[in-house]
Amino acid sequence: MIKNIDFRICFSVMTILTVLVGLFQSWGIALSMLNLCLISAVMAMGVNIQWGFAGLINFGVMGFLAIGGLATILVSVPPVHEAWSVGGIGILISGLFLAAVVISVFIINKKLSKHKYKNYFVFLIIILSIPLLKFIAGPSINKIESINAATSGFLGGANLPIIFSWFVGAILSALVAFVVGKVCLGLRSDYLAISTLLVSGIIITIVKHEEWLSRGVKNVIGLKRPVPYEVNLQESEWFINLVQFFNSSKLSNVLDPEVKISLLNQLVISSSGVFVKLCFSLIFLVVVFVILYFSEKALNSPWGRMMRAIRDNEEAARAMGKNVVKQHLFIFMLGSAIIGFAGAMLVTYDGLFTPSSYQPLRYTFLIWVMVLLGGTGNNYGAVLGGFVVWFIWIQSAPFAMVVINLFTGHLDETSYIKDHLQNSVPYFRYLMMGLGLLLVMRYRPKGLLPEKVIKN
Amino acid sequence: MDFLNSIILLTNFIIVPGITYGSQLALGAIGVTLIYGVLRFANFAYGDLMAFGTMVVILMTWYLQSKGISFGLLPTALLALPIGILLTIAVSLFFDKTVFEYYRNKKSNPVTFIVVSLGIMFVLNAVVRIIIGPNDINFMDGHKFIMKAREFKQLTGLNEGLAIKSTQVITLVTTIITCSILFYFLNKTKTGKSMRAYSNNEDLALLSGIDPKKIVLITWVIVSILATVAGTLYGLDKSFKPFTYFNNLLPIFAATIVGGIGNPLGAFYGGFLIAFSEIGLTYAYKKFFKYIMPESLEPSTLIQFISTDYKFAISFAILIVVLIFRPNGIFKGKVI
Repeated sequence: MIKNIDFRICFSVMTILTVLVGLFQSWGIALSMLNLCLISAVMAMGVNIQWGFAGLINFGVMGFLAIGGLATILVSVPPVHEAWSVGGIGILISGLFLAAVVISVFIINKKLSKHKYKNYFVFLIIILSIPLLKFIAGPSINKIESINAATSGFLGGANLPIIFSWFVGAILSALVAFVVGKVCLGLRSDYLAISTLLVSGIIITIVKHEEWLSRGVKNVIGLKRPVPYEVNLQESEWFINLVQFFNSSKLSNVLDPEVKISLLNQLVISSSGVFVKLCFSLIFLVVVFVILYFSEKALNSPWGRMMRAIRDNEEAARAMGKNVVKQHLFIFMLGSAIIGFAGAMLVTYDGLFTPSSYQPLRYTFLIWVMVLLGGTGNNYGAVLGGFVVWFIWIQSAPFAMVVINLFTGHLDETSYIKDHLQNSVPYFRYLMMGLGLLLVMRYRPKGLLPEKVIKN
Repeated sequence: MDFLNSIILLTNFIIVPGITYGSQLALGAIGVTLIYGVLRFANFAYGDLMAFGTMVVILMTWYLQSKGISFGLLPTALLALPIGILLTIAVSLFFDKTVFEYYRNKKSNPVTFIVVSLGIMFVLNAVVRIIIGPNDINFMDGHKFIMKAREFKQLTGLNEGLAIKSTQVITLVTTIITCSILFYFLNKTKTGKSMRAYSNNEDLALLSGIDPKKIVLITWVIVSILATVAGTLYGLDKSFKPFTYFNNLLPIFAATIVGGIGNPLGAFYGGFLIAFSEIGLTYAYKKFFKYIMPESLEPSTLIQFISTDYKFAISFAILIVVLIFRPNGIFKGKVI
C-alpha cells in the first residue's frame, strides 16, 4: 500500500496542505480542516464504492449522512425516562406496526410475485398504513413532545459511548439502503439519480419533523465525545507539564514569575483545543486507513473484478452467470453504510445534530465533486478528492477576498460594488466548485488520479 | 347553504392555490421535459436557470421602478420579463456552446451530461447569490387582491370567504397563453414538427434533412422562456429566494417523470397532479366535513392524511409510486 505512487501523492498533498495552513493561518484551523478533509475522504470513498466500482449513481448521499447523524443521537444521548414512561409503549406498538407493514409488503412481493394486482395490493397497504400509523402513534408523540419541550421533548438514546454510534449509523444506513435499493436500483441511470435525490429529500423531511425521535429543527447539542474535553485537559497535571515541556524555551525567556504563569495559562488554553483536534485527527486517520485498506483489497479481489465487469458490460456479466441485481443491491448497501459511518463521524466531530443544515448542495453534490475530481474508481483518488475539494471549499472565501481587494483597490471604502462583493465572498466557493468540476470533466474526465486498469 | 359553504372552502384552500402552484410546476416541468426529449439528459441546473431569469427580472423591475415606470394595476415585473427572457436565453446558449456542445459531439453518456449540468448548477448558483444575495426578496407591486375574503362574504352572505390574489390570476392567464402558443408551435408549425421528429428518432430526422443545430438552438430558446416565466410567476406569487428555487427543482422533476419524461403534455398534467396531491393530502378536512355531515357525525380529529411538514415528501412519494408501477410515466414518455 505504501509503495503505491497514488498513495504517496495522496498523503503528501494532504500533509503539505495541512502544514501550509498551519504555518500561514494557525494550527487550530489546520487541524480542523484536516479533520473535515478526513471525514470528506470517508464520504467520498463510500460514493466511490457505489459509483466507481459499480457505476451506480447515488444522489442520496445527504440522506444517508443524516441517518448516520441520527444514529449518534440514538446511541449516545442519555434516555429521557419520563418520555419513555408516558409514550414509550405507544411508540413501540407503532414500531411493531410499521415492521408488520414492511414484512407484509415483502411477503406479498414474494408470494404473489406473479399476481396481476400485486402492485395494487402493496400500494393499498402503504396508503392505508399512513393514517393508521398516525392514529396509533399520535397521542404518544404529543405526550413525548410536551415533556420539557424546551430542553428535551424526545425519547433520547441509549447512553452508550458515541464511538458505537458510528457502527450503528453504518448498519442503519445499510438497512435503509436495502429498502431504497429494492425500489430504485432497477431504474436507468438518470432515473436512479433523480429518485435517490428525492428519497434523500424524504429522509431529511422525516428527520426534520419527527421531533420525538431527533428533536427535529430544535437540534441536539452537547453530544458526547470519544476524546477528552478542553476544560478537563486544562486542569490535568500531565497536560500542563506537557505544554511546559514543549514551550520550555519560550517560558525560560520570561523572568517575572507572574508573567510566566499567565503565559503558561494562555499556552495551556490554546494548546488544549489543538490537542483535542489532534486526538480526533488520529482517530479519523485510523478510520481512513482501515477503510482504504479494505476498499483496495476489495477492488483487487475477484469480487472487485466482477463488480468492474458488471459496471463495464452488464449484459456480458449477466450472460456469465453473475447475479447483477443482487450484486448491485449489496454494493449499494455497502457504500451507503460507509456514508452513514461518515455521517456519524461528522456529527460526533461537530458535537451537535442540526437536521435543517442538511442541504443537497453541500452534502450530496459536493461529495460527488470530490469523487469526480479525485478520480472515479480509484480509492486514492476519492481520498485525494476529499482533501483537495474540502481545502478549496474552505479556502476559497479568503482567496476570493484577496482577488476582490486586488480588483476593487482603486475604489474608495464606501463604494457600493466593493461592499456588495465583499459581502458575497462566501458564495465564490460555489463558483470555484462549478468551474473546477467543468474543467476536470472537460480536460481530465477520469479525474486527477485515474483508475488503474490491472492486466493479469 | 352548508353545501355552498363547503364548496367555497375547498375552492379557497385547495383549488385556487392548487391551480396556481400547478401552473408554475407545469411550466417548469415542460422545460425539463423538452431538454430531456431533445437534448437527452436530465438538467439539474434548471432550478438555478429559473433563479437566474427571475433575478434579471427583479433587477430590471428595480430599474424601472427607480425611473418611475409602472404597469398600473399589474406588477412591473411583467414589463421586465422580456429582458429577463433575453438574458436567460443568452446564458443558456453560452453554456450550450461552451459546455454541452462538446459532449453532444462526443456522444457522451447521459451520466456525463448530468455531471456537467451539476457543474453549471454550481456556477449559476454562485452567480445568482453573488449578484443578488441569498435573501428573500419580494418584488410584487401593483394591485394585490382581486377579491378579498371579507368582500366575498359581504357580497354573497356566506360564512366562508374566497380570496383571490391578482398573482394567482396572472399565473393562470400567463400559463394558458404560454402553453397554447407552445403546443400550437410543437403540433402545427414546421419547426415544431421537426423538433418532435428529432426527439422521436434522431437518425431518421437527420436523414430527412433536419438541421440539428437549429433544433438545439430553438429548444434552448423555448426552455429559457419557460424557465424565466415560471420563475417570475413563482417569485411574484410567493417570494424570490435562490435556495427555494433550487428546492423547487425536485417537485418539477417529480412532475416531469410522473407525466412521462420527454412528453410536454404529460409534464403539464404532471405539474397539476403533483400540486393538487401536495395541497389536497396535507389539507385538514375537519371544517369541510362539519359542513356536509350531520351534527351527530361531526369528526373529532383534523382528518388530514399527513401533516403539512411532509408537503414536499408527498411529491417524492408519488414519483416513487409511479416509478414502480409505470416507469415510463402515466402518459407514456419519450415523444415530444
